[in-house]
Amino acid sequence: MSTTTVKAPAAPPEQRRPEARTEPDTRISLRAHVRHTGALVRRNLLWIKQDAESMLDAVLMPIIFTLLFVYVFGGSVGQSLGGGRDEYIQYAIPGLMAMTGMNMAMGVGTGFNQDFQTGVMDRFRSLPISRSSVMTAKIVVELLRMLIATAILLAVALIIGFSVESVPGLLASVGLALAFGVGLMWIFLTMGVVMKSAQAIQGMGFLVLMPLQFGSSIFAPTTSMPGWLQAFTDYNPLSSLADASRGLMNGGTPVAHDVWVTLIWSVVMTGVMAPIAIHKFRTRT
Amino acid sequence: MYGMTEIGNKPQRGADGAGSAVSVRGLVKHYGETKALDGVDVDVHEGTVLGVLGPNGAGKTTLVRCLSTLITPDSGSAFVAGYDVLRQPRQLRRVIGLTGQYASVDEKLTGWDNLYMIGRLLDLSRKEARSRADGLLERFSLTEAARRPAKTYSGGMRRRLDLAASMIGSPAVLFLDEPTTGLDPRTRNEVWEEVKRMVGDGVTVLLTTQYMEEAEQLASELTVIDRGKVIAKGGIEELKAKVGGRTLRIRPADPAQLRPTATALDEAGLTGLATTTVDTETGTVLVPILSDEQLTAVVGALTARGITLSDIATELPSLDEVFLSLTGHRTSESLDSTATDLEGVAA
Repeated sequence: MSTTTVKAPAAPPEQRRPEARTEPDTRISLRAHVRHTGALVRRNLLWIKQDAESMLDAVLMPIIFTLLFVYVFGGSVGQSLGGGRDEYIQYAIPGLMAMTGMNMAMGVGTGFNQDFQTGVMDRFRSLPISRSSVMTAKIVVELLRMLIATAILLAVALIIGFSVESVPGLLASVGLALAFGVGLMWIFLTMGVVMKSAQAIQGMGFLVLMPLQFGSSIFAPTTSMPGWLQAFTDYNPLSSLADASRGLMNGGTPVAHDVWVTLIWSVVMTGVMAPIAIHKFRTRT
Repeated sequence: MYGMTEIGNKPQRGADGAGSAVSVRGLVKHYGETKALDGVDVDVHEGTVLGVLGPNGAGKTTLVRCLSTLITPDSGSAFVAGYDVLRQPRQLRRVIGLTGQYASVDEKLTGWDNLYMIGRLLDLSRKEARSRADGLLERFSLTEAARRPAKTYSGGMRRRLDLAASMIGSPAVLFLDEPTTGLDPRTRNEVWEEVKRMVGDGVTVLLTTQYMEEAEQLASELTVIDRGKVIAKGGIEELKAKVGGRTLRIRPADPAQLRPTATALDEAGLTGLATTTVDTETGTVLVPILSDEQLTAVVGALTARGITLSDIATELPSLDEVFLSLTGHRTSESLDSTATDLEGVAA
């Protein structure tokens, strides 16, 4: 080609193809991003329609957990709260509602991982869409599932005698649980990209979530726990989430501190993990 | 280990990129110690089918994954339809279609839902996406199965759906990564017919395969790779002629003359390197020749002995033989079939 090329240090051999198109790479507009996410949300909803069993956890877990805790531990824990089972229902339901999202958040990671195994992900990655829209779609669908699970739990709670003291408080605590859930989902999405199998994610997830859930104020007040455990539960974000929800729904206790702590945790989890998840997704081979 | 054959060293028409839909120079991709691609050059001219032939683990899939922006090469350059794999990945994704061992459809979705979803992801309007899905299902004879989940499809239907999915964006370049691996012969022919129709519509195709027959059926040019390196490239006929020479198949008019024909040729000392083979089943004698002069000499020798011929034809060696002589080892396909044969004997 040109023989008058100015000698550039360490330049690769001239390889410009005559038909090379030089326009800069396109950006994906917000509208296109929303459209892509919508198409992928539709896909995940069709999955649920196709495989109704996948909704079992959303439908049954809240019912089973609620009945189990209220009727197995409710009497004795309620006594220590200075009442009975009714006292425990008021104590535990807000915490259980906050918790519903957590076990479901794990499903995001396992589902995402399965997409890699089946090869659908490579199809998506070869399309001119933002890779984050694949992740956003998963989160949107999972939030819908969380809302359904929360609604079912609330219905069960009302039947067994739970009373909602403040409807705005209830809505606020649901919002808080969703925000925290999104943060957790980004962690599980990262695991979904990085880890080899869906089973590994599930195993790891339970290993981390179980101690966090039980080592918190979700199921029982922490006052009777030994000091070292209290030190842990005090800093456990799940305690803050449960206490905030309880305060918002039942009223009577100041909640500002716990609400802030939960929000900060949610924002930090998303802020740190979302870029990591998207980066890992981009560079995964 | 082994150098490129002469054909590969000859200047390629696409070397300066003229008319190339795909142009790859010095592509390298390492996985730890493994060099999946070790400086690969590939050109696919617009509107043609290039077959990339190689055994398992040769680097075929890595090449396709680099070209479809699924992975980033370590060094080298690659352009698809004029777009730089490294700098313009999004524009590039708009003009390619991908079908392969891995890039597949969503099994849980119906055929129609899969195509509609991909249409929407390619920025078609709802209406366009719907009519495109209907049209492609019709074209690939899947209309009846349109509303069934893809997991209920037969192997052939799945591949047809894969092909349909890769055609939604009307791509300029189509990557087919081992499109018929694991299919029975009848279904394989079906897929071949579909690919030929797509090529008829003007799409440029880069096809990877382990099957000699597949390359012969679909590709006009061939790049042979092994262990991450290009070991030969050129037109299929050209490559076969270069590597294996030609074989003359001679049919004496009188079947009784079969042995005398072979003897006459052996005595004439024409065959030099290889030996004359008598194929009694077809009543022909096979003679490897290296040049047109030898062809003339064969006919002369037989005429001198008064042997009348009813037919004489030149044959090219099979691609399997080509691969063996290029790499020094057989393709995994033939290894597999040997293994199967042995099992058959054992049983």
